[in-house]
Amino acid sequence: MNNSNPNWQGTALLLVALIALWQVLYMIVGEIALRSPLETIRFSYELLQKPSFWPHLIETAKAFGAALFFAVALGLAIGLTLGLKRLAADVFEPMLVALYSIPKVTLYPILLLAFGLGISAKIAFGALHGFIPVSLFTINAVRNVKPIFLKTGKVLKLGRVGMISHIVFPAAMPEIFSGLRIGFSLTMIGTVLGEMFASQKGLGYLLMNAIGLHNVDIIMSITFMLIVFAAVMSGILLMIDRRLHRRI
Amino acid sequence: MKRTALLRILVIGGFIGLLEILCRIGVIDNFTMPPPSRIAYDLWKIIVTGKFNAAIAVTLSNAGFAFILAVSIGVAFGVFVHALPPLRHALDPFFATYYAIPVLAFYPLLIIIFGLGDIPKIMIAFMLGVVAVIVNTLNGLDRVPRVLLKTAKMARLNRISTAIKVTLPSATPYLLTGVKFAVAYSLIGIIGSEFVMSTNGVGFEIAFAYNNFDNSTMYPLILLVMIISISINMILGLWEKKLLIRRGLR
Repeated sequence: MNNSNPNWQGTALLLVALIALWQVLYMIVGEIALRSPLETIRFSYELLQKPSFWPHLIETAKAFGAALFFAVALGLAIGLTLGLKRLAADVFEPMLVALYSIPKVTLYPILLLAFGLGISAKIAFGALHGFIPVSLFTINAVRNVKPIFLKTGKVLKLGRVGMISHIVFPAAMPEIFSGLRIGFSLTMIGTVLGEMFASQKGLGYLLMNAIGLHNVDIIMSITFMLIVFAAVMSGILLMIDRRLHRRI
Repeated sequence: MKRTALLRILVIGGFIGLLEILCRIGVIDNFTMPPPSRIAYDLWKIIVTGKFNAAIAVTLSNAGFAFILAVSIGVAFGVFVHALPPLRHALDPFFATYYAIPVLAFYPLLIIIFGLGDIPKIMIAFMLGVVAVIVNTLNGLDRVPRVLLKTAKMARLNRISTAIKVTLPSATPYLLTGVKFAVAYSLIGIIGSEFVMSTNGVGFEIAFAYNNFDNSTMYPLILLVMIISISINMILGLWEKKLLIRRGLR
């Protein structure tokens, strides 16, 4: 990526333009389908004050947190194992890529049947989205560890655990972190998507419920909150990511 | 290469075999999942009777439409932005964070605006795919060797013929990467939105079958979606690899 001279002023300007576009769109479409940016922010704030809203937010946060944990743990385990074994990686990596490219929503009913209707199906679905990038990036990261580091480890007679914790993991960290960043986003997408289909609780459920009630306020403000959260978190992770990569 | 391919087939075959045994001996009960052989048989029956041909046609034509939109607008926008470096640097943070945003969260909003029809689905699929096309177009244009551009200048090609004869062919392998993503994302977008809320399409039929505990429809359709998307991706992947090898890039 070409980041030699980022244009932050331009970015800020585009952001303003985007909000202006939203306002214009609102003025064209009208009250029936949209809310203005200001109204959306106000309603989001009101929603956050409501006690009835919090259980849904907490449910989504819990599901997301657990899904992220499983995605990262599984992704790292797969990535580190396959990264150190050339043949196994050659066999399994294309399968992971294929799994990445299929519409995973269609697998959700299977998870629902296996885990039952509840938080565990959502967690499994979120983790299913998230673990693939984590493992793919980790495989590559581990493969790209400089051979001299590995040789040093061998000379020092490090065991498998010592090798991973002292050599492979620190050396591959920046690239693994890129995988974690993408895994974070995809896990969130998966969790919310799972809630949108079949669930009785959570932000995704509120979103789908609001379509039935034609409650534009709720749709706008939850969409807004989800997007702001995703964008802010991804921005922060991206900054850490860049810093890690620069250190090398 | 041969050996890894063989091992891969063995692993997949073993996995399917294991599922078959687990389903047959009842570790996985048939309400959860029918045995894979049964799923394959049901899929065969569905294809032969043509029961879901209409749904499949709707899904594929919507995905095709979204794909064409994403690729044409994405490439055009990528070329446009590439010509304006300040705009491009301003857009970079947007591109970097774009895929963190749950695009499907916009679906309810689009339903409210456009009604429950094909338009919101196509828009979701388009939104998913277009940025991948833009980013890969930019990447491809960045990597056009300067020598080629200089040659074009020496041959006194004007801007348009430079673009058609030099820049685009040179960037093709990277464009193809974008195209590959656009295919995957347009299918994901269409089927995902059909699945969440819709009145037709394969995604809708899967959701409908799920709600009716109709496993003999649900599993074959899931298998069908997987087969379609994996084979399209494999074909494009092979083509991409061929192009890259010809360029000596891999």
